Amino acid sequence: MMQVLVDGIVAASFITLGVVGLSMVFNILNFPSFAHGELITSGGYIALAIVALFGTVGSIAGLSFGWPLIIALMCAAVLNSLLALVLDRSIYRQMRVRNASRISLIMASFGVSLMLRNVVVMFAGQDPHFFTFTIQPALKFWGIRITANELIVVGVTIVLVLGLHLFLSRTTLGKSMRAVAENASLARVNGIDVDYVIRWTWIIGTALATVAGVMLGFTIQLHPFMGFELLLPMFAALIVGGMTSIYGALLGALLIGLAEGLTVEYLASEYRQAATFVLIILVLLFRPHGIVGEKA
Amino acid sequence: MDITSYFVFFSVVAVIYSISVLGLNLQWGFTGIMNIGVVGFFGVGAYAAALLTGPDYPDSLGGLGLPPVVGYFGAMLASGIVALLVGLVTIRLRHDFLAVATFGVAVCIQMLAMNLKPLTRGFDGLHSLPRPFASMAATPFLSNLYFLAMVLCIGGALLWALERMTRSPWGRVLRATREDEEASAALGKYAVSYRLQAFVLGSMLMGLSGALYGSFMGFVSPQDLLPIFTFQIFVMLIVGGSGNNFGAILGAVTIWALWTLTETVLGAFLPPELQRQASAIRVVFVGLILVLMLLYRPQGLLPERRNISSFAASRPDKA
Repeated sequence: MMQVLVDGIVAASFITLGVVGLSMVFNILNFPSFAHGELITSGGYIALAIVALFGTVGSIAGLSFGWPLIIALMCAAVLNSLLALVLDRSIYRQMRVRNASRISLIMASFGVSLMLRNVVVMFAGQDPHFFTFTIQPALKFWGIRITANELIVVGVTIVLVLGLHLFLSRTTLGKSMRAVAENASLARVNGIDVDYVIRWTWIIGTALATVAGVMLGFTIQLHPFMGFELLLPMFAALIVGGMTSIYGALLGALLIGLAEGLTVEYLASEYRQAATFVLIILVLLFRPHGIVGEKA
Repeated sequence: MDITSYFVFFSVVAVIYSISVLGLNLQWGFTGIMNIGVVGFFGVGAYAAALLTGPDYPDSLGGLGLPPVVGYFGAMLASGIVALLVGLVTIRLRHDFLAVATFGVAVCIQMLAMNLKPLTRGFDGLHSLPRPFASMAATPFLSNLYFLAMVLCIGGALLWALERMTRSPWGRVLRATREDEEASAALGKYAVSYRLQAFVLGSMLMGLSGALYGSFMGFVSPQDLLPIFTFQIFVMLIVGGSGNNFGAILGAVTIWALWTLTETVLGAFLPPELQRQASAIRVVFVGLILVLMLLYRPQGLLPERRNISSFAASRPDKA
């Protein structure tokens, strides 16, 4: 049972890092971006390309990676954010200017998702890639098996979430973001530069997605569908958490991670996605505003 | 001969795609239901027909060996039932929730096709499905030609019926709920019921198109149920013009032509070491068309006609 909990928390970490961006884009730009999974994929692959330049991922005590990968992650976060900004500038912003409907934005993001995924396939092929082929022994604590890499995943996620909380509650930019999410025109009237907020929404969301992509890469593997497969769990977390609150989405991510862990343990790993889907439907049926959300 | 037989193959697939696009047009074009799970309903139809008509598979429950026509009707029924169940749960949701929910339905249906081995035989798929006209026609070419005639009749009949339906008072209510649900409710129209009807009917068309696809190819597998199919259908509808049945068909033919044309062009001009990337390049290309259309001609090649009633003259550009 404890093992299920731990596996669930590891799975939840990836969903958490992804859902932050999804939730921010949903609340600030007002559409569910079907391309957010692909930003996870592209982040992982950009880091892979940089690591290939270094020629090694290095190694720090007990981990299967070292400084080269950490530096690659930082560069990838910057490059991937630039990619997101270019996409926003060339597509989503053009549509905002033309007052495109939310449905058109969803369709456009669906198109962007397929394009990004296939650009990855063009450069890296369909087969999975690995940062390193080192096999990590699992550590054992009180009968629970966890690798050092997975501990890092959970640790980094907790630190980033705390950082995000401080950012949203203490800094001017964070407060502006919440204001725009609440009511964009009112925020604009109060002198908040909405375009600036939108740029930082993409940067922060994409940087966290990059972290998720790289960490998925060193705990499991990199493959062109890795982000796409996270999309449904991320949406589920968003819906379970009530769509409008980042904190709700984080709680949602934890629940979805645990549900996935339970399915893998007691049913079959192939049905992982179904668990997520059933959870979405249950929440939509009985708590359409999410389990923590208030009535809109 | 070679070109002609290719043209027949091309046309059959174009008509099969058109039927799915017409189904989506009823849902999205006329009623504004954002169904991102087109491939799920297509897949339910394809598998239902395959199980009804296929030979007896030793390792699966299915293969009843019934005639193809039973398969087509069974497929529509199966997709209709699945759509009704999904619709009852999700049709009240806001657009974006509905998009996510239908997306989830499609993911789950593909997952079932892959893993529910006693029914679907997993990755191996259901093969040797009987092709109608195979025994009547002397050559495979002739049997394809008969098949084309059949799908053209089905497609034509559907187009005629849909044109009648969408111009009828029923069709006007669909568009009214799309434009302003509250206003149509104020006129006593229970929007949820109309949306559900459009959702189920559209999904039945997708199921039919899946059944036709399976019986034309003689084979269904989870490989036919990838999200890329939903994407293609949406691109066809948006390029053709959503809310216009003729636009839906024009879009299906145009995009399917571009899709096959890029395959030929890339096959001919791409250096051999890049051939494996050809299908990825193709998807990027079609994705680009979608985004450009959304940006510069969101109404599509054949825009929706604002027709008030079949008795009044249509007013092209006035809302």
